[in-house]
Amino acid sequence: MTHAFAASAAADGTLASVSDGLVIAMIVAYAVALFLFAIEAAYGRRRPLKANRLVPAAEVSAPAAGAAGDDFVARSADDGMTVNVRHAEPEARASQHAVGHVALAVTVAGCLLNLGQIVTRGIAADRWPWGNMFEFVVAISLCGVVAFLYAAYRYQARYLGLFVLIPVVLLLGIGAKWLYTETGPVIPALDSYWIAIHVSAAIVASGAFMVAGSATVTYLIAHRTELKRAAGETVTGIAGKLPSSELLDRVAHRFILFAFPLWTFAVIAGAIWADEAWGRYWGWDPKEVWSFITWTVYAAYLHARATAGWRGSRAAWIALAGFACLLFNFFGVNYLFSGLHSYA
Amino acid sequence: MGRGLHDGDIAVASVKDTGRAPAPGNPGAGGADSAPQLSALGWARWVWRVLTSMRTALILLFLLAVGAIPGSMLPQTSVSQEQVRNFYLDYPELAPWLDRFYLFDVYSSPWYAAIYLLLFVSLTGCVVPRAFAHYRAMRARPPKTPHNLDRMPYSARFTSDAAPEAALAEARALLKGYRTDTGTESVAAEKGYLRETGNVVFHLALLVLLLALAAGAFFGYRGNMLVVEGDGFANTLPAYDSFEPGLAVNDGELEPFSFTLDDMDVRFIEEGNFGGQAERYAARLTYREAPEAPEKEHLLEVNHPLSADGVQVYLLGHGYAPEFRVTNADGDVVFDQPVPFLPREETTFASDGVVKVPDAGDEQLGFTAVFLPSAAESAEGELVSDFPGARNPVVTLEGHKGDLGMDSGQSQSVYQLYTENMEPIGESPELSPGDTWELPDGSGAITFTGYRDFASLQVNSDPARLPALLAASAAVLGLLATLFVRPRRVWVRARPGEDGRTVVELAGLSKTEGAGSTAEFHALATRLRDRLREGPATDTGTKE
Repeated sequence: MTHAFAASAAADGTLASVSDGLVIAMIVAYAVALFLFAIEAAYGRRRPLKANRLVPAAEVSAPAAGAAGDDFVARSADDGMTVNVRHAEPEARASQHAVGHVALAVTVAGCLLNLGQIVTRGIAADRWPWGNMFEFVVAISLCGVVAFLYAAYRYQARYLGLFVLIPVVLLLGIGAKWLYTETGPVIPALDSYWIAIHVSAAIVASGAFMVAGSATVTYLIAHRTELKRAAGETVTGIAGKLPSSELLDRVAHRFILFAFPLWTFAVIAGAIWADEAWGRYWGWDPKEVWSFITWTVYAAYLHARATAGWRGSRAAWIALAGFACLLFNFFGVNYLFSGLHSYA
Repeated sequence: MGRGLHDGDIAVASVKDTGRAPAPGNPGAGGADSAPQLSALGWARWVWRVLTSMRTALILLFLLAVGAIPGSMLPQTSVSQEQVRNFYLDYPELAPWLDRFYLFDVYSSPWYAAIYLLLFVSLTGCVVPRAFAHYRAMRARPPKTPHNLDRMPYSARFTSDAAPEAALAEARALLKGYRTDTGTESVAAEKGYLRETGNVVFHLALLVLLLALAAGAFFGYRGNMLVVEGDGFANTLPAYDSFEPGLAVNDGELEPFSFTLDDMDVRFIEEGNFGGQAERYAARLTYREAPEAPEKEHLLEVNHPLSADGVQVYLLGHGYAPEFRVTNADGDVVFDQPVPFLPREETTFASDGVVKVPDAGDEQLGFTAVFLPSAAESAEGELVSDFPGARNPVVTLEGHKGDLGMDSGQSQSVYQLYTENMEPIGESPELSPGDTWELPDGSGAITFTGYRDFASLQVNSDPARLPALLAASAAVLGLLATLFVRPRRVWVRARPGEDGRTVVELAGLSKTEGAGSTAEFHALATRLRDRLREGPATDTGTKE
């Protein structure tokens, strides 16, 4: 019988307090960026987005733009070649303002602080820094912001900043106020390399789902604006300056396409880990049940989007239901039910 | 997500393309009105069509999700029978009603089974025909070149000096990775079959996963037991504290492995805010996969199970087993062994247990006992444990004598003392290891000789684990293919024009939503044009 006692919790005090300081710094940075994005959304001018990678866009002068309904036809006769594109993309527009660039820079700064926080905490605790709800929230925020920055860079989707940073700041606020846990070691069940695989996949997928959720909310607002405009009403303010609902729908879809297989993988990796740690790969633990429900709802979204009559706002509501399930899986399951996953 | 967003999109391929099932009777005619005239076969067809429609599948998918919710909110017998019993005590009127709807066994209930079986019938009815159709499509030639290429989402037209045959040969060379079919004046090409393959694989893999789950529950078993340090375990039914076999398990012929728990290593964090949290527990085992197999060693840890003879052994937790020696009135040793105590709470490991001494003499002896690994006095003067590690182990006992009731034929819990036919003989002082309590009326003595650790273990046999894992992996791969492969068709037509130059037309059709492939089509058209422009020029150059 060896009852060897470990020394005290192996947490590096200095780094841990640096890490705690960075939490505050990054929340401030995100809040400032959120404020600036709000200014851009409200007071910017609605201008076309650059660099759409719209295929023959450089070569096609679009004389037929706005022609015959949705059967938009672009023609060009460059260099002896006639090109004919049906259903080409209508021009994408979004509210733009000079502060938008500043907001983006501040977001990048916040993102770096966020990364620094996670790294210092990981080093201080000498383990993967996602062993409890607080650390999970911080990591999801990082993934959500990185996903947004990717969208801003790749899809010119800076207009999403406002809608992505609202949940990020909210989550971090909740995390810092109610979920905060001191840097320390985890219980033996979490001491496995599977934490790097299962939890990382869940975090990245959650971040992408969060951006998709924000884009979906934006989509629903833009869709409503378009319906109102069609009915002859005038829409002002942020709602009136959003990009086309079709574009937003596509951004949301893109992120769910990315997140869904990753979520599937996270659930399966979790099952493999459960098989190793708890002796069964599926045991209807509340966390398992709700990740399955989340998976099912997003699967329904993907099917709905490919089904006539379900596309558009109906599919969008399903996506939001999926996001609600994801949030419930995190907050509700940990606080309401007792299960093997309650590590908070 | 590698491509620019504004130039199009990827749509998810659905197994089911049609939005709704046609009503029975003549398609287009008032389905409901003509329904009564339908034959049984007609009805069966209609039911089948409705069942395998996309809309039904979507609704079933939703029901599957919604139906899973009560199982996460109410205690489940499959997870914890004790929680269900407590629920019955807390809500004596509500509980029987909930039980009538199988709400304590949601995931094995008939109604939940109905949902997933219907869903999987719906899936099968859709995927299997689609798999055959896809197989035929993969062997068939790419679809013939349409007459009017201008109508395609992307089309380009240019003229060239190259001969039509040369232009088509060039186009074929350009369409690498496409499956091509050359006609008299055109090339038809198609690419991206993997999307539909992935789609079929994904859905078939889900079916296999469900079968693997069912097979695991049918052919597998699970058992729990406590093993005290130094003791052994042989995989036979009596060795288990609890045992749940699948329907097809013969519990007389379990895999004949055995092991001895040599040593248990438990560490707690000593100080600080996390003091008392378990840092590590591990059990050193020597085991044999079969009686005649060689002896091997294994360090059993929480994330490191033992795999013996296809069966897994898991370390779930640990606890203390205080050792007692009891002598009767004549001074004979009538009891000398460790007794596992169940921890009351994980933070202090204050543990409860029962010592039953049936062979004490005329009257049997029984004790209820509390083990405190680190005994200390609380602010209120109560004796508590302030640390889970054994810093200051103390036992207090409450003695009873009389009839333990062990011969009554009714099964007894080893963690409970049945005192109906016993009388109390008093409480012991605090006993440290080595201390003896002389029983008040001279009926003997009990010595707390020391303590050992025990491991709480689980044995799990699931022969379908590997098939389940393979099916799940196949599902992920299929999913990736079906979400990210874009099927597309390209046609190139070349024929002599009125002015003697060759007119080359190229058209592209993406089968997924949006114009995601337009960039690719345009690149193809541009490259074909450039090649045909350069090609003949250098040809003639070398000939001259």
